[in-house]
Amino acid sequence: MNFSVLTSQFWSLCLSGLSLGLIYVLISLGYTMVYGVLRLINFANSEIFMVGTFATVWVETGLTGHTNDSQPLHGFQLIWTLSLALVIAMIASGLTAVAVEFLAYRRLRARGTNRLASLISAIGMSIVLSESARILSHSRPQASPRLMEKTSFGQVAGANFRIDTVLVIISAILMFFVLDRFVNKSRLGKAIRAVSMSEENSKLMGINLNRVISITFLIGGLMTGAASFFFMTVYETTKFNVGFSLGLAAFTAAVLGGIGNLRGAFFGGIALGLLETMSAAVLGSQWKSVTVFVVLVLVLLVRPNGIFGEAIQQTRV
Amino acid sequence: MINLRDKGAELWESWNRPKRTVFVLALIAFVMFLPFLGNFSFTSILDTPIASYQDVLVYPIGMFVLMGLGLNIVVGKSGLLDLGYVAFFAIGAYTQAILGTRTHLNAWEILPIGMGLAMLSGVLLGLPTLRLRGDYLAIVTLGFGEIVRIVTLNISITGGTNGIARIPSPPAVAGLKFDIMHPVNYFWLVFAMILLVIWMIRRLSVRRPGRAWEAIRQDEDVAMLMGIPTLRYKIWSFSIGAAVGGAAGVIYAAKVLVIAPQMFTFNVSVLILSCIVFGGMGNMWGVVFGGIILAYLPERIRFITNARQLVFGITLVAIMNIRPDGLLPRKKREKLKAKKDAQNV
Repeated sequence: MNFSVLTSQFWSLCLSGLSLGLIYVLISLGYTMVYGVLRLINFANSEIFMVGTFATVWVETGLTGHTNDSQPLHGFQLIWTLSLALVIAMIASGLTAVAVEFLAYRRLRARGTNRLASLISAIGMSIVLSESARILSHSRPQASPRLMEKTSFGQVAGANFRIDTVLVIISAILMFFVLDRFVNKSRLGKAIRAVSMSEENSKLMGINLNRVISITFLIGGLMTGAASFFFMTVYETTKFNVGFSLGLAAFTAAVLGGIGNLRGAFFGGIALGLLETMSAAVLGSQWKSVTVFVVLVLVLLVRPNGIFGEAIQQTRV
Repeated sequence: MINLRDKGAELWESWNRPKRTVFVLALIAFVMFLPFLGNFSFTSILDTPIASYQDVLVYPIGMFVLMGLGLNIVVGKSGLLDLGYVAFFAIGAYTQAILGTRTHLNAWEILPIGMGLAMLSGVLLGLPTLRLRGDYLAIVTLGFGEIVRIVTLNISITGGTNGIARIPSPPAVAGLKFDIMHPVNYFWLVFAMILLVIWMIRRLSVRRPGRAWEAIRQDEDVAMLMGIPTLRYKIWSFSIGAAVGGAAGVIYAAKVLVIAPQMFTFNVSVLILSCIVFGGMGNMWGVVFGGIILAYLPERIRFITNARQLVFGITLVAIMNIRPDGLLPRKKREKLKAKKDAQNV
């Protein structure tokens, strides 16, 4: 127990908690979007994240030919390489998400089976994805080269504004904002919201259900892919099982905020990131997930639908 | 396509009592003889490469069937999605390991303690969380499973990452020795426990708790309106399931002699849940069947070491797509019974 760090490093912890939290936000969007339309936990989302991290490494080493000891890039070349990595990671994750929906959910949904069957088939998909990655990477951790020199913009109140932290915070907030606008304003977003309110009625209104669901998976996958790029920029190393702990945390974030609710995922993710960072500093990093779950149980006791969740209709196994 | 499960159910319904008794006794005798089948040339196809066949029969197969039945009370009967069932298994195993190495209690005396502790933790977890519904319950139980694993990793009494070694074997009972040389006896022990659990579930299902669980599963609000104390029955279902998991844990620790936190990961919970859904949710025989297949398959295909889990994942997806209700679904039996009732009227 070391409570003094809370006062001495408060702003520094806040900053790193915020950047971790925003990565959680992007991953939890993958969970929450799918939950919104299907009322199902997309268990494969953690592996969709993993695919994104591997795609980032592939772009940075395989495609653009950088090695772990190559010099940091500058100027236009840096921006170009990083954007390419971001876009390809997003596309890879997005396509994986669509494939997961197609292979694991579509047929089951068409037959109108119970929710657990879809859950198990999603778990099966996640085993397939992580095992393929394990075999392809020979169980070795993959490191991405440090393409961007991690210069600091300076310190404010002890918080070190490093370029990667700032990049994550700004772009993640921007992405969330764009997604929020998209879901709330666009025609397609309206369709997604309609499906999440009532599948039956939206079908009657002429919404192509399968298409909307595929698109929802795609958007969730794109966001998760973006998260994986930012994760690689900050933490620089990945492994075939990287998705498990991050996916779990992101899912907790979604539940904390109220699953199925975009803004809930946003605040839940940030709250979780801050909570994890603070508790890791105070209690030691091995206890952070314990703290998180204790807080989650307490929050759910007081607000059974999460902090921002509207009363979701009774969901049953 | 011949529908085996309907045929089986029809056959069973048409039998009279002596016929059923003979069939059940024959089945029990066959299962008891299973450990020796690996030795004969014509049945040696059952033998598992690399891992010893007789050990595989105890863990994973026997243990998975046992825990599948326990979890089935929670998931299949009362419809509560529990993703952290491994926690109760771990609690049982660590009870045996800690008490076995530090006190002079033997495994048979620890068994009720382990079950009691697992039940207690089930009640403690259930009281705040069973008010939640569906997926919220899933994530909280998942978190509980992780917490138990993290706690065992980080406190000194459980030995941290190294776990606990030199757990004593249970003393012999009626001439049956329980040690490393006699896996068959462990198999018979687990089999006896499975029979006991099956008997318990059959008794419970036709009585008040079983009916209450069924009502809760179908519609909790209606169940509550009909005067069923839903929270109490949910906690009962949770703690009975937990007790079965705890018992499995105690025997497991006594059998493997060394336990460590990495044996109690989320994967185990997922596997047990898969056994239930794979076999047919709520249907006991489906669970038994699913447990046998899902536990046996990865061991049988161990020769493709590297792709073993991959094949397992593909099998899960494929089977769920082909048979979403599991191999022996509950629905069919209920349908059959309804048809029979209709004929009688």
